[in-house]
Amino acid sequence: MSKGRFGIHGGQYIPETLMNAVSEVEAAYMKYKDDPDFLRELDELYRNYAGRPSLLYYAERMTRDLGGAKIYLKREDLNHTGAHKINNVLGQMLLAKRMGKTRVIAETGAGQHGVATATVAAMMGMECEVFMGREDCERQALNVYRMKLLGAKVHPVDTGTKTLKDAVSETFREWTRRIDDTHYVLGSVMGPHPFPTMVRDFQAVISREIKQQLAEREGRLPDAVIACVGGGSNAIGAFYHFIEDKSVRLIGCEAAGRGIDTFETAATISTGRLGIFHGMKSYFCQDEYGQIAPVYSISAGLDYPGIGPEHAALHDSGRAEYVPVTDEEAVTAFEYLSRTEGIIPAIESAHAVSYACKLAPTMPRNSIIVVNISGRGDKDVAAIARYRGESLYE
Amino acid sequence: MSNISRAFDHGKAFIPFITCGDPSLDVTAETVRAMERAGADLIELGIPFSDPTAEGATIMNANLRALAAGTTTDKVFDMVRELRKTVKVPMVFMTYANVLFSYGSERFIAKSAEIGMDGFIIPDVPFEEREEFLPLCRKYGLDLISMIAPTSDARAETIAREAQGFLYCVSSLGVTGARSTISTDIAASIARVKKVSGIPCAIGFGISNAEQAAEMARYADGVIIGSAIVSLCEKYGEDAPKYIEKFVRSVKTAISKV
Repeated sequence: MSKGRFGIHGGQYIPETLMNAVSEVEAAYMKYKDDPDFLRELDELYRNYAGRPSLLYYAERMTRDLGGAKIYLKREDLNHTGAHKINNVLGQMLLAKRMGKTRVIAETGAGQHGVATATVAAMMGMECEVFMGREDCERQALNVYRMKLLGAKVHPVDTGTKTLKDAVSETFREWTRRIDDTHYVLGSVMGPHPFPTMVRDFQAVISREIKQQLAEREGRLPDAVIACVGGGSNAIGAFYHFIEDKSVRLIGCEAAGRGIDTFETAATISTGRLGIFHGMKSYFCQDEYGQIAPVYSISAGLDYPGIGPEHAALHDSGRAEYVPVTDEEAVTAFEYLSRTEGIIPAIESAHAVSYACKLAPTMPRNSIIVVNISGRGDKDVAAIARYRGESLYE
Repeated sequence: MSNISRAFDHGKAFIPFITCGDPSLDVTAETVRAMERAGADLIELGIPFSDPTAEGATIMNANLRALAAGTTTDKVFDMVRELRKTVKVPMVFMTYANVLFSYGSERFIAKSAEIGMDGFIIPDVPFEEREEFLPLCRKYGLDLISMIAPTSDARAETIAREAQGFLYCVSSLGVTGARSTISTDIAASIARVKKVSGIPCAIGFGISNAEQAAEMARYADGVIIGSAIVSLCEKYGEDAPKYIEKFVRSVKTAISKV
C-alpha cells in the first residue's frame, strides 16, 4: 500500500509531473514538524498574528433554551481572518518559506481559505494567486475584493460546476505548470499525501485547546464534539485529540443542501461511494460510471463532492458519525445563534449548530457538547437575507 | 510481450489520441478506422471523465461534450467490440482512475481484455499507486503504461525499469494542449531511461503539428498527439474523420523521415 493511508483511504493519485513536488513537501514536513524552531515560530504566529488560543465560550442562554447538555462554542470565528483556515495556512506557508518557495497558489470555496492565504502571503511578502469558481466569486463577492485588497490575484474558474471542486482541479493544473518556485497551499484535509496529514496536524491545535480549556473549566472531557464537514479540516482539527477518548462522540455535519433524497446535495457520506479523485481514495458523490456529481449546498465552503480520507476511515470504523443538515436547517441555526448568543456563525458552522440544537435536548443536563464555530458569518449575511426573500446586495 | 510493442516496429511510431463520443461514438469509430488507414501505429481512446485534472481546456471540453452527448463506459466498450472486427492497430484506453475503479477495477480490466484492448494510460495513477491496477492488468494480459515527466529526475530510471508496453514521456510542465514552442526538457530524462531499459519511449503533451512531431521524434521512438486532433473534432464535427485522416498521414510521413 502506498503512503498516507487511513484504512483503505488516502494515497497519492496524482500525475507524475507533480510527484516530486509532493514528495518535496512531504520531506520538508517530516523534517520540520517536530523541529523546535519551526514550532516556536508557528506558535508565535498563532498567538500574536492569528490571536490564538481561541476562546471556549459557555453558551448559557442556548443551553438553557435547549434544556439539555451544556453547550460550549469553540470560537474559531475569532481568529484573524475570521475562520479556522488560518491555522493551516500559517503552518504551510512557514513550511513553504523554509522550502525556499516565493509564490503560493490556493483554491477557495467560500473564500475563507483564499483570504487566509492572501493574508499570510501579504504578511510574509510572498506572491499569491487564488483560484475560485465563478459561481462562488459571485456568491462571495466581498471575499474576492478582500483577496485583491491583500495583494492576491484571483482567477475565476469557469470549468465544470464553477465551484470548489473545479477550483481544486484548476489549482492542481496551475501547479503542474509552475512548480519550482510555487507551493500549493491546499486548504483542507484532502488531496494527495501528505496534505491530509499535514493539514490535520496544523488544525489539531483546535482540539488540543478544547481539551485543555474544558479541563480547566469543567475538569473533564466533553461528551460530544460537533463540527461541519466539507473536505473536513475544521472537523478533523476539532476531533483529533479526542479520537483515542472513546467516550467522546465525534459528529461531523455534512451539507445536505435541499435534502439527501434530492440531487441538490453535497452530503458525501450519506449519498456518495468509494472512489479515487483529487489525489485520494475516499468517498465521493458520483454517478454509476464514476463521473463526479455536481453537488449543491447554500454554503460555498461545504459545496464539495468528496470528504477527506481520514474522515472516510473514521466513518468506516464507526469512531465518528456523519449526519446530513439541510440548507433550511442551517439557515435556521444561523439565525438562532445570532439571536440567542449574539454570535453570527459562518453558514458552514451553522450546520454544526443545527445538529447541536437537535442533540442537546436529548442529553442529560450534566453532559457537555462542544460545537466548533469554524468561522464567522459576516460573509454570509447578504446571501441569507436573499434566502429569506430580502433583496439585499453587498 | 504485448501487442503494444508492435507499434514500434515501423520506424518512429505515431500515436494519435481521440476522446470517445465527441461528437458521437459513430464518428469516433469512423475516426479510428481513418487513423488506422493513415498509418497510426497505436491509438489512444479517451474514455470521458467529468473532471480530467491532467487535461488542458481542449480535451477537458471534449470530455464534457462527450458526456453531455450521453457517452458511457459501456457504450465505449460496445464501440470497441464492433471496431475490433476489422481494426488491427493496437489500442489503449486513456482515462482517469475513478472511471475504472467505480466500474469495478477487475470488471473493467477483464472487459477491456475481452473486447481487444491492449492497455491503459491512467494519468492520475503514478508509480507509487500502480498496485491499484497493475496486478489486474497482469492477470488479464494488458499493459499499464507508465509516464515520466521533466520533473521525474531519478524517478525516471525506477519507473522505466518496471515499465510495460511503452513509456509515455510528458514533454514539458503543465497540462495537455497545443503549445507554440515545446521545451526538450524531457530529452535528458529519456537519455537516463535509455541507459537502464530498452522500453520504447513516446513523447506527448503540447505537440500539435507535423513539424513539432518531427522535432520530437528525434528524441524518442514515438510521438503522441491529442489536443490537435480533438480540436479537429470540435471544428469539423461529423466531418472530422477525413480531416483527421489527412492530419495523421501528414504526421506519420513527417516522423518517418527522422
